[in-house]
Order: sequence, then structure tokens, then C-alpha cells
Amino acid sequence: MPALMGQLLIGLINGSFYALLSLGLAVIFGLLNIINFTHGAQYMLGAFVAWFLLNQLGLGYWWALAIVPVALAVFGMLIERLMLKHLYKLDHLYGLLLTFGLALMIEGLFTQRFGSAGMPYSMPGKLTGGYALGFMFLPTYRAWVIAASLAICLTTWFVIERTKLGSYLRAATENPSLVQAFGVNVPRMITLTYGFGVGLAGLAGVFAAPIYQVSPQMGSSLIIVVFAVVVIGGMGSIMGSIVTGFGLGVVEGLTKYFYPEASSTVIFVIMAIVLMIRPQGLFGQR
Amino acid sequence: MRTKHKLWAALAALGFAAGAAQAQISGNTVKIGVLSDMSSLYADIGGPGSVVAAKMAVEDFEKAHHPKFKIEVVGADHLNKPDVGSQIARKWYDEEGVDVIVDVPNSGVALAVSQVTREKNKAFIGSGPGSSDLTGAKCSPNTIHWVYDTWMLANGTGTAVVKTGGDTWFFITADYAFGHALERDATNAVTKAGGKVLGGVKVPLNTQDFSSFLLQAQASKAKIIGLANAGGDTINSIKQAAEFGIVKGGQHLAGLLVFLSDVHGIGLEKAQGLILTENFYWDRNDKSRAWSKRFAALDNNKMPTMVHAGVYTSVLEYLAAVSALGSDDGGKVIAEMKKKPFDDPLFGKSYVREDGRNVHDAYLFQVKTPAESKGPYDYYKLLATIPADQAFRPLKDGGCALVK
Repeated sequence: MPALMGQLLIGLINGSFYALLSLGLAVIFGLLNIINFTHGAQYMLGAFVAWFLLNQLGLGYWWALAIVPVALAVFGMLIERLMLKHLYKLDHLYGLLLTFGLALMIEGLFTQRFGSAGMPYSMPGKLTGGYALGFMFLPTYRAWVIAASLAICLTTWFVIERTKLGSYLRAATENPSLVQAFGVNVPRMITLTYGFGVGLAGLAGVFAAPIYQVSPQMGSSLIIVVFAVVVIGGMGSIMGSIVTGFGLGVVEGLTKYFYPEASSTVIFVIMAIVLMIRPQGLFGQR
Repeated sequence: MRTKHKLWAALAALGFAAGAAQAQISGNTVKIGVLSDMSSLYADIGGPGSVVAAKMAVEDFEKAHHPKFKIEVVGADHLNKPDVGSQIARKWYDEEGVDVIVDVPNSGVALAVSQVTREKNKAFIGSGPGSSDLTGAKCSPNTIHWVYDTWMLANGTGTAVVKTGGDTWFFITADYAFGHALERDATNAVTKAGGKVLGGVKVPLNTQDFSSFLLQAQASKAKIIGLANAGGDTINSIKQAAEFGIVKGGQHLAGLLVFLSDVHGIGLEKAQGLILTENFYWDRNDKSRAWSKRFAALDNNKMPTMVHAGVYTSVLEYLAAVSALGSDDGGKVIAEMKKKPFDDPLFGKSYVREDGRNVHDAYLFQVKTPAESKGPYDYYKLLATIPADQAFRPLKDGGCALVK
């Protein structure tokens, strides 16, 4: 039993990464109708920018938490303005191909420059150590990641679903020309939204840097799982991606305990089942 | 007139014979295929660096011997998938005139390539793969296992750790051919040295998060957590073990296969004190230093791993055998390479056994503390040299059908 409690908690920790990343994807898909395959590469860039800030400019983790999301958001907005903008009228497939190609290019360039073993990023001094919970040892840093990511996810949900700004955003996806007629600058709103989604990916990258290796493939190994999370939760559903992210983290954690060999496939098995029974996803609307 | 005629005939015969000897090297070109993981978790162990090493060997061989045949090097990415690896091998052998495949990290891919190579009677010299099955139950007259294997690692590190009191083990194992072989060989070494294995967990290849598995290892109360994995997997397990207070809790990690590039990636802060077995370290003697500095200049200032060194010397030896034999027939060249001992420029005195095992010294190293290290890549101190005749599995124990 104590072992199981530990696995549950660890599942929640991994789930918080899934939730953060799938949230960004859901926001982007919900408002832009773009399947952002660059998300994994943008998460990786977040970790690399944090590494760069620390090793080249001497700016530590807390600075990275503030700077990286903004830097990545700007990068995202550039991509949106220069490339994605031209694809909105075309089929989903074009956006998917463009973002997938971008991801491959970014990852290729970083592998070429930094190699695959990756870079170490040391943990911020205040967050080292941990708590003995009886059933397991909880590193302080992981506790911080759960708390921070939960706070960010819920705030995002609140802003989009419960505030006036959020209602503009949602209205713009339903009927952009009408919202435009009310004097709202829809293209700018879309640019900012994409920037926000990418910023979230960057932030997740900073969270990941001290635990995982800062390496060019860190995004590609995670992004497929995150896409499965979005599909299971329901494309474009904000709450769906948050709940599914945490939930699947737990399911994966339990699999790692009961049948570790299947831990990398269990999420896709669930995805297949969900698609058969409820194709719009658990929280999606028909 | 008649004598003149005879002379012409003799000359023609000579020319024909020479022509025939020439024709034994197909297209008068020896083509070397570097098959590796170019983009994922093993890319720093072999990868693009292995292509660099193979090209260095060709350059050095041409400079020293001025061979009459042409030499080409090609590279490809096997994506760590045995089916992709054997497809590339078939295409290389059938359509592109490749004579020998080198490197091939990932034992799953290497076993598949060894099979294809045997079918096509070409040559395969593996520096990257670990599984000792390559020279055991699955040995082949067309394959040489060049640098290290799981038996050597398990015997070197496993025995040394048990001797220092680490007599109860729990394994975190990469769930494919290499991890299985390493766990099996390490279990044997540990039991033989008087230790006991309490349990283990098999983890899918290329996993990001090891915390669940580390927690299980912690619960086992074993003194030693044996990491039967490699590359990115080893890096992530060691980093996260530090985070979960494994070492502070009194348990120790034994990285059964740790490469120089892994230590570089983990950083000395977390890697210090690790005991590991390798056959090559760049800072071991003048020759290795000189070669490694040349290599680093060509590969983004990264120091070579033992796999890179292996690719270099295996290509050199292969070319020497082709040249001596005047043929690129895979089976014959491999047999030629087994004929006599040689002085390897980087691994020292070596010989290739009947089962395809290249035998040379192995070294037990310990990773330096940050205070001991003088700078990047100054990472290892030598604990012991394991002489060649003890470093590898005895010939009779492997179960290789080539051994009579």
C-alpha cells in the first residue's frame, strides 16, 4: 500500500507536465484550429534558453521562470505572423505539416550543435532536498512542480472560461468576422493566443530542466504522449486537457508499478479505446 | 620470333592473373558503412562521431599504405529499430556495394545486422553494441565484436562492487536485447562473487522519468541499484536518483555501462564516485591523447568515447586485412583478421578469437570529484587494469557454434 501511494504521487507529478503541455496545445487548437506539432520543440527550447541564461549570462532558475515564457512567446508570435497566418484558410493538414517540419528542423539543429547526451542543469538551491512522507521521499522540487503547474492550469482555465477576455477569445473562434465587427482586433488576439500557448510550453521546459536532461530530444519523446492526452481529453477542451493530463499521469504511474514493460504504451491503448467509444474525447463536444 | 611470342603469352598470363587479383576487390572500391543511432539517445556514444572516426581511419590508412583500391565511407541512422537497421544493411549490401558495416550501437539492431551480414557473406565489426550473445549463442563467422560486451562490464564493475561490500542488488534494466544480456551477465557475476540479487524492473527504452522505478528500487532495500541501461537512460536514472535521495539514504548506484559522454552530460557533481568499466579513456597515454585531440577538433570539441576509438581501429584493421588478402570477401577478411595478434594503436595488444570476440585489456575507472577534475573531460581515475585474459568471457562458456 505505501508503495502504491508513492506511485500515485509520482503519477501526479508526471501528469502535471502532461497537463501543462496539453493545455497549451488545447488553447492553440481551440482558438487557432492549428495542430501545433512544434510544441515539443518549443518545450525543449524553453529548457535550452534556461540553460543558456544560467551558463552564459549567470541568470538562475527564478530568472528563467520569468524570462523564458516571454522569450518563447515572442518566438511563437513571430512564427504565427510569418508563417501560420497564411494557413488559416487551408486544411488542418497544412498547419500540421508546417509545424511538424519546424519541429524537425529545430531539433536537428540542436542535435547538431549540442549532441544527444544533453546538458546538466542544476537544481535551484532553495528547492533541493525533500520531505519524508512515510510512504515515500518527496523531493521539494517535484512538490513545487505539482503546485505551480496546478495553479497555472487553473488560472488559464478561469481566464478563458470565466472572464470577459476569455469570452472574446471564445467568441472569436466561433465567429471571427462578427467579433471583428464589434471592434475587437481578432488577428492580434490570435497572435497573442499562440504566443501564450508557446509560452506555456517554454515554462514547462524550465520546470523540466532540473529533473530531466536538457537535451534536443526531450520534446519529441514527450510530445506524442501529450497529443494522446489531448485526443483523449477532447480536442480544444481546456478543462479536459487538464484533468486528462493529471489522470493519465496517474494511470501511467500505476502501470509502471504493476507492469512496467507496458508503461510506454498504456496511454495509447487508452486512446484507442476512447476513440472507439467516444470519438470526440472524454470532455469534447460533438 | 617464337621466344618473343612466348614472352607475350607470359606477360598476358601475368596481366590476367594480376587482373584477377584486382577483381577480387569488387569495383576496386572498399565501401565502409557506418550504421549508428544518429539522432537519439545513443547518438553521442556512436553517431556522427563514428563517421568522423571511420574517416580518420581511412585517411590514416591511405597515408601509410597508399592502397591501390579506393575507399569510401557512408553513414546511416538506424533509429534504434532492428527492422530499419536490417533494411539499411540489405540495401547497402545488395545495391550500394557496401563491404563492411561498423559501429551499430543498440544490441537489438546489431543482432539483426549480424544475421543479414552472414546471409550476404559480408563483414560486420561492432563497436557500439553490448550484448555478449553476439559472440555467444548468436555468433557468426562474419561478425567481430570489437570493443566491450555485457559480460566484460558485468564482470568488471559487478565483481568490484561486490568486493567493496555491495552484496545485495536491484536492477533497473532497459527492456531489450542489451539490457537483458547485461542483467543476466551481471546477475551471474554478482552471484559468483558471493552477492545476491533481490529483484529488478524492466523499463522501456528511452524513458524520460525513472522516479517510479527508483522508488521500487528504494523499497527493495538492496544496497546496490544496478543500472543495466545506457546513454540517455543512464543519465536520467542517475540524475533522478540524486533527486530522490537514493545515495543519501545509504543505497549506491552501479552504472554497468557508463560512457564518457554520459558523465559529461550528467556533470561531475552528480556522477562523482561512480565506478565503471571501459576499454579506452582518452587521457590514458600519449597515443590516446594525441588521437583524441585530433578527433575532438573534428567533432565539435567532444572527446571520443570507447565506441569512437573502436570504430577507428576496427576500420584500420579491416583495411589492413583487405589489403593483405587482396580481397573484400566478407568471410575471408574476417578469417584473416582472426589469424594473428596485433598491436592496436588505441587498445594495445589485441587478438580476435574464433567466436569473433576481440580481446584486449579493460580498465576499472572511478569518476573524479569536481575538486579532483582539472577541466572538461578530465573525469576518470584508474582503479585497476583487468588483463585481457580475464576481461572477457572464457571461450568455452559462450556456447558459440564456431568454437570446436
